[in-house]
Amino acid sequence: MLYREAGQFKATYAQDQQIFPIRQDRIAFALLLAAAFIVVPLIANQYWLSAILTPFLILSLATLGLNILTGYAGQLSLGTAAFMAVGAFMAYNFVLRMPWLGVIPSFILAGLCAAAVGIVFGLPSLRIKGFYLAVATLACQFFVLWAIQRIGWITNYSASGVITAQKIEIFAYAFDTPVRKYLLTLAIVAVMALLAKNLMRSETGRAFMAVRDMDVAASVIGIPIMKTKLLAFAISSFYCGVAGGLYAYTYLGTVEPEAFTLDLSFRILFMVIIGGVGSILGSFMGAAFITLLPIFLSVLFGGISHATGMEISHAVVSNLEVIIFGGLIIFFLIVEPQGLARLWQIAKEKLRLWPFPH
Amino acid sequence: MTDARRTGKPILTVEEVSLSFGGVKALQGVSFDVREHEIRAIIGPNGAGKSSMLNVINGVYHPQQGTIAFKGRKRHDVDPHEAAQQGIARTFQNIALFRGMTVLDNIMTGRNLKMKCNFLQQALYWGSAQREELEHRAKVEEIVDFLEIQHIRKTPVGRLPYGLQKRVELGRALAAEPTMLLLDEPMSGMNLEEKQDMSRFILDVNDQFGTTIVLIEHDMSVVMDISDRVVVLNYGRKIADGTPDEVRANPAVIDAYLGVAH
Amino acid sequence: MNVAFFFEVLIGGLLAGVMYSLVALGFVLIYKASGVFNFAQGAMVFLAALTFVSIMKMGINFWLALAITLGVMVVLGIGIEKIVLRPLVNQPPITLFMATIGLAFVLEGLSQLVWGSQPHGLELGIPDVPMEWLSQKWNINVSQFELFAAGVAAAMVAALALFFQYTRIGRALRAVADDHQAALAVGIPLKHIWAIVWAVAGFVALVAGLMWGARNGVQFALTFIALKALPVLILGGFESVPGAIVGGLIIGASEKLAEVYIGPMVGGGIESWFAYVIALLFLLVRPQGLFGEKIIDRV
Repeated sequence: MLYREAGQFKATYAQDQQIFPIRQDRIAFALLLAAAFIVVPLIANQYWLSAILTPFLILSLATLGLNILTGYAGQLSLGTAAFMAVGAFMAYNFVLRMPWLGVIPSFILAGLCAAAVGIVFGLPSLRIKGFYLAVATLACQFFVLWAIQRIGWITNYSASGVITAQKIEIFAYAFDTPVRKYLLTLAIVAVMALLAKNLMRSETGRAFMAVRDMDVAASVIGIPIMKTKLLAFAISSFYCGVAGGLYAYTYLGTVEPEAFTLDLSFRILFMVIIGGVGSILGSFMGAAFITLLPIFLSVLFGGISHATGMEISHAVVSNLEVIIFGGLIIFFLIVEPQGLARLWQIAKEKLRLWPFPH
Repeated sequence: MTDARRTGKPILTVEEVSLSFGGVKALQGVSFDVREHEIRAIIGPNGAGKSSMLNVINGVYHPQQGTIAFKGRKRHDVDPHEAAQQGIARTFQNIALFRGMTVLDNIMTGRNLKMKCNFLQQALYWGSAQREELEHRAKVEEIVDFLEIQHIRKTPVGRLPYGLQKRVELGRALAAEPTMLLLDEPMSGMNLEEKQDMSRFILDVNDQFGTTIVLIEHDMSVVMDISDRVVVLNYGRKIADGTPDEVRANPAVIDAYLGVAH
Repeated sequence: MNVAFFFEVLIGGLLAGVMYSLVALGFVLIYKASGVFNFAQGAMVFLAALTFVSIMKMGINFWLALAITLGVMVVLGIGIEKIVLRPLVNQPPITLFMATIGLAFVLEGLSQLVWGSQPHGLELGIPDVPMEWLSQKWNINVSQFELFAAGVAAAMVAALALFFQYTRIGRALRAVADDHQAALAVGIPLKHIWAIVWAVAGFVALVAGLMWGARNGVQFALTFIALKALPVLILGGFESVPGAIVGGLIIGASEKLAEVYIGPMVGGGIESWFAYVIALLFLLVRPQGLFGEKIIDRV
């Protein structure tokens, strides 16, 4: 009843091509943005802002990056964390050595460095496919992390390898409270998500999906396979690089290699799978799911502990978390390979008819 | 029956093309030409090398010997990408659509060579990228109208029945506004009505746009009806070349199809 | 350049490579028979080793513990086939691969949930000391234990190769790996076959787990051995039992030699990525591995 398209006619192709063709969706999204920008900073406490919402946004951005590469362009990558690391460390170097640049341009340049690394490690994709490519990206993951720790210049010859991230100052306005960090992250992520959505609904996105679905056919109709694959790696790594910079500056507060291990690469891959391969919305949903699940579990087990008087150790909870992650991956692959995004789409389609059954 | 159509000079010349995969000889010394604006059929029993011939023409396979001359430019081998740029479009025997995309998006991919905006402009969208996108959308909608597939334009192609998928594939090839269209068994798996529709589309394309058409087809009545000239292949060699009537009466062709003991 | 030292490093590398091959064998088995790349193999090795050690710690003797663990691995294999593989039967290989990543996480969590997460030592009775006559005669130190492991691996490879080539079940497995539908059409009971394969892979995982556990201790880091097996498989091809050995030897040797000879020049730690880079370079030249078959894309 609420969610009906009746009466919403599209008179031009421009109207048909909108990101949100249905009016209710537009309203809902506007409300969501308003809530995120205005309501949340007013009511959320420090813990939620700095430990949950900000990392959720950052990981959504990284998931977006991986989704562009793996979901849209079909190139499986296990090196996401390495690209984030490049972004983080290069952002540190730009801010350190060229402070006149400003933080945002430094992030952009750091992202470009990550994109360059992405292109280099994307070159094998021209010859290799599928999980062979995944193994090649493992080479990237291990090598990049090793190189960051060995090339002294990158860490400014820090003895411990752990660097404190500098304060973020844009035009003398310091972003040092959780609220300001959250808003900065939100703004950056929102803009980049919009750019990604535009990109994926244009020819670039179609070229990516064509290469994913059948690259011989794509080549036959004139799509340049090499350029397309390398562009996918570049854009994806750019997104991951910026996410890495944010991860270090607005979340962790430090720039360290241990934050960007293979485990993080896997987590982001899980977010892509659970959220929905080839979906911008799915990237956010997957990131939300995986960020919130540990909290949900510890609340749940805390409750069980209280109710039954049993002590449930931290180790048990974290092992259960791992089991549930793995189990969910399998579950989603069997039941809904297109993830939460598709489930959401199905829900909306049911909503159109509600309260009628068909 | 075909009307006398104004067919021009040869636009494609295949000369002494030989192709083998390991020990298997797919094509041996095949030569023929295709005239501008004509509808040329390639027929022959299964395994005769017809699809391989098409694949050589648009660069998916590279022949060990022989040359292909298209629009006057002779080359030994070419990339499929270059062939597309030169104005050759094709459909595939086993449908090479992009299953993850909608009908509209699939046909839009056919326009990729005509899209000039770079990815940065596309990321911003508003401005030149949007204008270009809408301009091409209008063109694609013309093709959608022409092929009568308006009702399925937002459906993911993976969900469509076989016959409609073939039509979408034709749409994608047409979107490139090609000079020459290669159709690999465009009517396989179709019932009579669908075949009539498809024949009508092919004839219309040839009529309205002057597109040269090379098609592989097993249905003899279709071949006889719509083609100007026919090439017959058997075991990788050309065994006949001429108008449908000439070829139909050719004893070598009859032998090949009925299977005379060698 | 000290020749004796070179040989010591080389042989050490080769023997380490044999250990990698042991794990790679499990991958090859499953891939050969079901076309699935089982990312969870490392987790299976870990689970097998941990189960065995924990059962022994409860006071049960060696052989009984071995039998029980083997039983557990067999049941596990059958369970995996039923719950994970069968529902995904017609999906593209990449989906199955990702499912096995999920499976790996499940098994890792499960192992530690059931048996706890402290490291355990594993004694097989063969000391990790240099072979005396080698070190005395030629000044080359080669561990007795590593030679023993090599022997075990060699025996396994021989047994598996014979099994695939000459037994009826082995032939059926090869048929299944080639084409599920065709195998069904000639009456091969797919489900039984897969259960057998995963059970055998479980056995291989157990042997690998015992060897690695004895060498490095049974701890969570064992799961990362599986990652090292990937370059081995790329070199040797995913479907070749002899390839797994050759690949393992090459990776093991080159990794060790690189660490010792090139390592000091660039600050050490090369072992973390060298094997992968070798595999990557190899893939660029020969995407199908040493023993694999060329894939032709037909349109």
